[in-house]
Amino acid sequence: MKHKLLLTSAAILAMAMLGTSGIAFSDDDDDDRRRSSSRYGDRSGYSHPGLTGKQYDSAYSRDRQYDPAYPRSSQKAPGVAPVNNPQYLEECGSCHFPYQPGLLPARSWAKVMEHLDNHFGENAELPAEDGNMLLDYLLKNSADNSSYKRSVKIMNSLHPSDAPLRVSETPYFLKKHDELTPNMVKNNPKVGSLSNCSACHTEAARGSFSESGILIPNFGAWEENEKEERGEKYRRR
Amino acid sequence: MNIKLTGIAALLLALPFYAQASAVSELEAKYQSQGAGPFSAAAGEALWTKEFVDAKSGDKRSCPTCHTADLAKEGKHARTGKVIKPMAPSINPQRLTEVKKIKKWFVRNCKWTLGRECTAQEKGDLLAFLKSL
Repeated sequence: MKHKLLLTSAAILAMAMLGTSGIAFSDDDDDDRRRSSSRYGDRSGYSHPGLTGKQYDSAYSRDRQYDPAYPRSSQKAPGVAPVNNPQYLEECGSCHFPYQPGLLPARSWAKVMEHLDNHFGENAELPAEDGNMLLDYLLKNSADNSSYKRSVKIMNSLHPSDAPLRVSETPYFLKKHDELTPNMVKNNPKVGSLSNCSACHTEAARGSFSESGILIPNFGAWEENEKEERGEKYRRR
Repeated sequence: MNIKLTGIAALLLALPFYAQASAVSELEAKYQSQGAGPFSAAAGEALWTKEFVDAKSGDKRSCPTCHTADLAKEGKHARTGKVIKPMAPSINPQRLTEVKKIKKWFVRNCKWTLGRECTAQEKGDLLAFLKSL
């Protein structure tokens, strides 16, 4: 009887400990549709002993509340802000996935738009007034001007002097795609490249890159949470 | 009353064709003012299918590289794989209806494919070919 009591209290203690360290574990990274419980709780991956999620949040937000780059009003926004500029969709989306402005910092977009005559080897020249209009849209909605979850994560992964030209060069993106094999991407005729977001992210156009929305052509859904071993992350549908 | 309605319906149906005719003729007039013309669909077709070698990569490039040989069908962007809607106006009535769009794609695609801008004569010939499809 005494033995049983000891076991039970040990179990309760263990559960309580897990509960407090939950801040560190609870990475809501992979669901862009679920309301993010704590925008700052998953910023770093390190835990703050002694603070509950709420205390941590308010302590952190107090530090940041005057930082215009992180407006507090839309802390709950998941994914990235969807494109809401028809001309951007038309001009950029006729050749490639219309990458949301919130996927790169303003300094990157400025560089991209500077050389449209050699746009990753293609000519994408535009009349000056159209180019300027699109640049304005990109700068105003860039990752450093967005508080959507993925935008914040991308920004946090970059050094302030980094101005990558490709979303696929950002450390956050690289980390999120590091388990993919060439057969899933490069050698996959329906994918071809990591630049082809919507080939696998079925909800990418809406700004959602959730794991649950991933369907890799010829491989199937991404089941990271169910299968631990590399190569076994797919369940054919 | 019925005649009036039919007339309006006919006008609405004809709008894309009118837009196409007006956009193309506006550009043709412009090219002619630059000394080009008359324009030939056959010359346009020959240019459309002609292969050019990219100076940098050594790749062969032509209009069908992306638009495919059958202009009634969808094309595919050589690099990104993005679907390109059919070029033939008979299949895709939106084609050749906007002067600004035509100009934009002539700049981009002539530079990518030929490695230079197209001349007024070449552009007029290409339009003559495309509008006949």
